[in-house]
Amino acid sequence: MSAASGAPQSVAACADATCSGKMTAREVVRASFARSKAVRAGADGLNAILWSNEDEALDEAREVGRRIVDGGVRLDLAGVPIAVKDNIATLTLPTSCGSRILEGYVSPYEATVVTRLRRAGGVIVGKTNCDEFAMGSSTENSAFGPTRNPLDPSRVPGGSSGGSAAAVAAGVVPIALGSETGGSVRQPAAFCGIVGVKPTYGRVSRYGLVAFASSLDQVGVFGRTVDDAAIALEVIAGRDSLDSTSSDIPTAAYRNAVDEPLKGVVIGRPKEYFPEHLDPRIRQLCDRAFDTMRERGATIRDVSLPHTDLAIPVYYIIAPAEASSNLARFDGVRYGLRIDGDGLRGMYEATRSQGFGPEVTRRILLGTYVLSAGYYDAYYTKAQEVRGQITEDFRAVFASGVDLLFTPTTPTTAFPLGAKADPYEMYLSDIFTATANLAGIPAMSVPIGRIAGLPVGGQLLASHFDEHRMFSAAYALERALGQEAHR
Amino acid sequence: MSVTVDDVRHIAALARLGLPPDRIPSLVAELNRILEHMDALGAVPSRPDQRVTGVSGGGMPLREDVGPQIPLARTRDELAPVMRDGFFIVPRLASHEDSPGEPS
Repeated sequence: MSAASGAPQSVAACADATCSGKMTAREVVRASFARSKAVRAGADGLNAILWSNEDEALDEAREVGRRIVDGGVRLDLAGVPIAVKDNIATLTLPTSCGSRILEGYVSPYEATVVTRLRRAGGVIVGKTNCDEFAMGSSTENSAFGPTRNPLDPSRVPGGSSGGSAAAVAAGVVPIALGSETGGSVRQPAAFCGIVGVKPTYGRVSRYGLVAFASSLDQVGVFGRTVDDAAIALEVIAGRDSLDSTSSDIPTAAYRNAVDEPLKGVVIGRPKEYFPEHLDPRIRQLCDRAFDTMRERGATIRDVSLPHTDLAIPVYYIIAPAEASSNLARFDGVRYGLRIDGDGLRGMYEATRSQGFGPEVTRRILLGTYVLSAGYYDAYYTKAQEVRGQITEDFRAVFASGVDLLFTPTTPTTAFPLGAKADPYEMYLSDIFTATANLAGIPAMSVPIGRIAGLPVGGQLLASHFDEHRMFSAAYALERALGQEAHR
Repeated sequence: MSVTVDDVRHIAALARLGLPPDRIPSLVAELNRILEHMDALGAVPSRPDQRVTGVSGGGMPLREDVGPQIPLARTRDELAPVMRDGFFIVPRLASHEDSPGEPS
């Protein structure tokens, strides 16, 4: 929320205000809708929010208010307005995945992450735009039109979770959910100047997240601050009996990392993420961040992750392969759109060809090709081998005494809408982020400065399930950089 | 490796995508441009010991490149544990964490 709306700006302040009676949850939610209208977050402006229902959200906020009064308890997200990416199932708002094939589809069940947010007092105020089925890096691939970056509407907000990032950056909500397959939370967080977290594979339930590439997908969180993101992740993390890939490794209180010193922490600087052709201004901002962490007691060590340059080829074999299988279910029989054709097969083909957009079609074809007879070993098997080597690179670095890695989140700042027509050029937007998904490790992007008014993100990466240490460095960096991170 | 017009037609059929004929040449060009970059993997020494596989290690059995049988070999009624009025009866999932296991 903006200061002008009168509502608290952080998650903790919002929960404090509603739990102490200074504001009602309805007032906070109403302020969120007012802000959404003021910044034109809908289709007539940023196009960040696809679906919302103010009356339902206000009813839910009233219910939260009752729980606070009747229960006498402090809810972590009491009355906090939250936006949810359109590929995460909600009960009353549509879940379209930014696709025509699911236009108007309303899920009969709710994602576990949404249940947990609501149970903690959060109120879902809208579903956000995204690249169709989360396939893209700019949110230009949505069937409902592109989302615009609130900091410069001629530019993209990043993707695929661009609508969620834009909603947070525009002050409509303090936190939002996105999903990550190759950087779809961290990259838009970097482009919009906010915090974005991709947890360890298995840290957060994916029950109710529409599957794109199941060995890579994770639900992630956006926040305007590290603390907001920490609280959101804390609420949604943990084992879920409805997702067999979720882990029962205990979660930590990530917000307790706020005061942990960096003294003694070893932070790796992987040389492959700082190539000669990297924008010198991005390099300079990363160097400043390294200096800041060093001044606070961290040790910076040069390291190497030698298979980094293979991450994009590996990712764009494995992800489309899994997508070609996962998206086979959208055939006009069970979900959404149906276009009549010549017989059953004709109906399948007409529905899928008219329901899917160009990028999804391209990836389904690519995925089918790399899994087909004669090409399976050359592409898919090989990609799985190299994925193992990428994972081993990280394991070896962390085993050598490095606690965290720090890199740029993206090789560029937000680019203009329509600037990347070549698919592979767009894929390269994920070059610094896809490795964490392939290895299953946690990573997050925090603002570290601006270039010509456009935000730059710095990426922290940790070993599996070590989110707590990642947050401690993020808190320290945020505190040390202060407003410098946003100018 | 590169794909041809026939390859794209074949994989489109496997993927049940009805492609307009005038779209196929541009897709061939786009896919080949992407596949060019994938060829970098061929230069990496093979390390089967580091291959990421499922828990069983053996992976899924491969099948012929043909689509699944249409129509279904067994009717829906035979596949469903319980049906009523033409609908499958399934456990309620909407509020799963609040009321586990309650049937609808």
